[in-house]
Amino acid sequence: MNARILLWPGFAWLVLFFAVPLGIILLISLAHRAPDGMIHWGISAENYLRLLDPLYWAGPFGNSLVLAALTTIVSLLLGYPVAYAIARRSGPVKNLLLFLVILPFFTNFLVRIYAWFILLRPEGWIAWLLRALGLDLGLLGSPLGVLIGLVYGYLPFMILPLYATVERLDFSLVEAAQDLGASRWQSFWRIIFPLSRPGVIAGAVLVFIPVLGEFITPKLLGGGKVPMFGVLIEEKFLGRVPDWPLGAAMALVLMSLVLLVLARYFHQLKESRWVG
Amino acid sequence: MTLTRIYSFIALAVLGLVGLEACAGKQAPHELHLFIWANYIDPEVYRLFEQEFGVKVIEENVDSNETLILKLQAGVTGYDIITPSDYAVEALIRQGLLAELDLSKIPNFQNISQRFRGLYYDPQNRYSIPYLWGTTGIGYNAQKLESPPTSWADLFEPSRLERYKHRVSMLDDPREALGAALKYLGYSVNSTDPQQIEAAKNLLLAQKPYLARYDSETYDDFLLSGDLVMAHGWSGEFAKARLENPAIRYVIPQEGGVIWTDNLAIPKSSQKIELAHTFIDFLLRPQINARIVNFLRYPSANDAAKPYILPEILHDPSIYPPDEIPERLEWIRDVGAAVQLYERAWEEIKSR
Amino acid sequence: MGRLRRWADRIIESLLVLDTLLVYIFLYLPIGVLVLYSFSASRYALVWGGFSLDPYRRLFADPEIAPALLNSVIVAAVSTAIATILGTLLALAFERARARLQASVEALVYLPIVIPEIVMAVGLLLFFAQVLRPFFSALGLTLGPMPTVIIGHVTFSISYVMVVVRARLRDLDRSLEEAAFDLGATSWQVLRRVTLPLLAPAILSGALLAFTLSLDDFYVTYFSTTGGSGFKTLPLYLYALQGRAAIPPQMNALATLMLLASVTLIALALLIQRRTRRA
Repeated sequence: MNARILLWPGFAWLVLFFAVPLGIILLISLAHRAPDGMIHWGISAENYLRLLDPLYWAGPFGNSLVLAALTTIVSLLLGYPVAYAIARRSGPVKNLLLFLVILPFFTNFLVRIYAWFILLRPEGWIAWLLRALGLDLGLLGSPLGVLIGLVYGYLPFMILPLYATVERLDFSLVEAAQDLGASRWQSFWRIIFPLSRPGVIAGAVLVFIPVLGEFITPKLLGGGKVPMFGVLIEEKFLGRVPDWPLGAAMALVLMSLVLLVLARYFHQLKESRWVG
Repeated sequence: MTLTRIYSFIALAVLGLVGLEACAGKQAPHELHLFIWANYIDPEVYRLFEQEFGVKVIEENVDSNETLILKLQAGVTGYDIITPSDYAVEALIRQGLLAELDLSKIPNFQNISQRFRGLYYDPQNRYSIPYLWGTTGIGYNAQKLESPPTSWADLFEPSRLERYKHRVSMLDDPREALGAALKYLGYSVNSTDPQQIEAAKNLLLAQKPYLARYDSETYDDFLLSGDLVMAHGWSGEFAKARLENPAIRYVIPQEGGVIWTDNLAIPKSSQKIELAHTFIDFLLRPQINARIVNFLRYPSANDAAKPYILPEILHDPSIYPPDEIPERLEWIRDVGAAVQLYERAWEEIKSR
Repeated sequence: MGRLRRWADRIIESLLVLDTLLVYIFLYLPIGVLVLYSFSASRYALVWGGFSLDPYRRLFADPEIAPALLNSVIVAAVSTAIATILGTLLALAFERARARLQASVEALVYLPIVIPEIVMAVGLLLFFAQVLRPFFSALGLTLGPMPTVIIGHVTFSISYVMVVVRARLRDLDRSLEEAAFDLGATSWQVLRRVTLPLLAPAILSGALLAFTLSLDDFYVTYFSTTGGSGFKTLPLYLYALQGRAAIPPQMNALATLMLLASVTLIALALLIQRRTRRA
C-alpha cells in the first residue's frame, strides 16, 4: 500500500499546526531580549551559548533526567501487573477495569494536585504516620513528593499502551509452556514479556519523554525546591523576569537531545531482530 | 467507510467548525470585555453597570502580569479593560500596547488620592489609573510563633529559622524575593549593584534549606492549614485569611517592604475605548469602589470611597498601614540592564 | 522442585493481585480526598471547614459552568475523533507502508510528545495571533476560539495515538493479513476488514488517552482562545475560580460531579453492552 496516502493527512496537519509554530519558536530562540523586555529579532546564537553553562545541566536537567527515569521505572513496575490483570479478564469486567484506570483523570488536574497537597502536607495524615514510624521524610517540596505526583499523573500513559499490546497476546503459548513444565514466572519472563516489548517501549516513550519537560507537577509539588528543567523553561515565559529567547533555546535544545536519543534507539531497533 | 470518506469527514469537520465560529467570532456591540484577575470584581457590579448603561460585561481571567503581558505582546486582541500592576503598566507603555486615556471622560478620577496620582510609571496618568494598592511583607500565624516577626531577619537568619524549619515560605518571584533580601541588608529593592545583588542571592541560598516552598499562590492556604507558620506574601491575602482564622496576622518588617498598585488600563487594540472609559469611571464611583474593597480586603486608592468602606478594614493597620510606614515602602521598578543580574541570581537560587 | 515452583508461583500470583489492588487504591486516594473536601464549608482548599453543601449550591448558582462543560465535551469529542483518525493513519503509514519514510518525518511526529507544553502553547499563541487569524481576517472572516482550541488539542494528541497504535501494529501477527491478501483482497479491504479490527483495543486506548488529554488541558487551551470571547473549557473555568484569592471547594464539587457523570456514562455503556450480548 502506498505510504503517502496514509501519511498525508496527519503529516500535513502537523506541518501546518506544529512545525510552523515550532519555526516561530526557533526564530524566537535566535532573537535577543532587550533589558526592557522587548524582543529584538535577528540571528544570534547568544542564547544557545548561554546554555553552555553547567548551572542549567547539573541541577535542573540532571534532576529531570533522574525523575523521568524513576517515574518510568516505577510506573512500569506498578503498571505492568495491572495491564496484565486487565488483559486477562474478559467481557464487561475488562472494560470496566480499564475505564477505572482512567476515570480519576476525568476530574481536573488542579483539583487532584490540591488533593495531593492535603495528603502530602507536613501536618497531614501521611506525614504524621511516617513520623510515628520514625521516618522524617519531606514529601511536599522534596523529590519524593514530586515523584509521587509524576507517577500518579503518568500511570495511565504506561498502563494503556501496555494493555493494548498485552491484550492480544496469544496466551495459549503460556499454557503450552506450562504443559512443558515451565513455571508461571518463567513463562512470563521468557514468553509474555518479550512479546509485550513494543507496549513497554511505547509506555516508556509516553512517560519518560514528557516528564523530561514537565513543569507544572514539579512546580506545585516541589514548591520550587526541586530544580527541574521544565520549570526553568516555564519561568522564562511566565516568570517575573521573562526571557522568551532563552526559554525557546532551552526547549529546542531539550527537544534535540531527546530526538537524538530516540533516533539512535529506533535505528538500533530497526537493525536488530525482533522477537521470533 | 473508504479512505476518501474519512478524509472528507475530516475536511468537513474542520470547515464546519470554522464556519460555525466565523459567526461566533465577532463581538457584539454592547459588550465590554475584561481581562482581569479572578474573583476581583463582584458580579453585582456588572449587573449594576448593565442596568444603568445597557452593556453586558464579559470577564476573562488571567492570573499574573506576566501572562497578561505575554498575551498582549503576542497580539491577542479583543480586550477592553485590563488591570495591570505598576511594573506591568510600565512595560506595556514601553511596548506601545496601551491606549491613551482621555481623563475628561473620567470625572471620577478626582476621587483618586493625591498620593496615588502621577506615580513613577505613569506620571501624568495618561495610560492608567490606580485602583487598588497593597504591600508585601510577612504574614504569620500568631498562635504558632513564640513572638511575632518584626524584621526580615525572622525570615532570613538561620538561628531564628531553625525551629520553624520547613514551615516558612517565600514568594516565587525573583524581584520580590531578592527585594526582601536587599531590604534586609539595607539596600534598595531596585539596586543595580552586582555586589549587593550577589549578597542578596547568598542570603536566599542560605535560607533555601529552611523553606517549605517558594509559593505565590497557595501560601495563605498553607498558613491556614497549619503547614506554614510564616509566609512572605501580599497584604490582602493575609487579610482575607484572617477572616477565616483570626490568628493570622500581617506585618511590614522594620527594614521596610514593597508597595504596589493595581491599575485600570485599556489595551490599544480595544474597539470600545469610549465604553471602556465609561466603565472605568463607573468603577471609580465611591460606593462601587468601596464595595470592591470590602470584598477584596485591599486598600483603595480612592479617597471618596472611604466613607463606604467597612470600619474594620479602614482601621486595620495591616490593610491600611499607618502613615509613617510609606517611607519604608519601595516600588519595584525597572532596573534596565541590571535585570540580567536578577535573572541570573534567581537561576542560581532555583537551580542549586 | 515442583512444589517449590508451585509455591513460588503462588507468591508471584498474590503479589500481582496485591500490586493491582494497591495501584487502584493509589489512583483513588486523591479522588476520595477531593470528594470529601467538596463538602467543606471553608473558602480555602486545604482547610476542612465543617460539612456543608455550600460548594454545590455555589456551583449550581453559577451560570458559567454549563457553557464551560459543554465546550469541554465538544472540544474533547471533536479533537479526539480527528486525532485518533490522523494518528492511526500515521501509525499505519509507518508500519505497513512499502516505501521507506524519512527519519525527519518520524522526528516531526514524535516532537509533540517531546516539547514542553508551555512552549507549544506559546508557539500556537503566536501562530494563531500573527498568522492564522490575520489570514482569516483578510478573507473577511473571523476565526473564533473553538476551532483554534480544537486545532491545538488535535495537534498534541495525534502523536500519542500514533505511538499507542504503532506499538500494537508492530506486534501484530501478519499471517492473517497475508492470508487475506492471498485470498485476493485489496490493500484497502485488508486494512478495513483485518488490520483495523485487530487494532481496535489500541485505537480505543489511544482515543481514551487523547480524550483525557483534551479534557484536562490548560495551557494550550488558554493560549489558543481569542481575546474577549469568554470561551472557557472546564480547566479554564476552574482557573478563573482559583484566581488570586482562595481556591473554593466549588472546584472539588465540580470534579466530584464530573466523576459521577463519567461513572454514570460508563455504567450505561456497560449495561448496553450486556444487553447487546444477550441479543
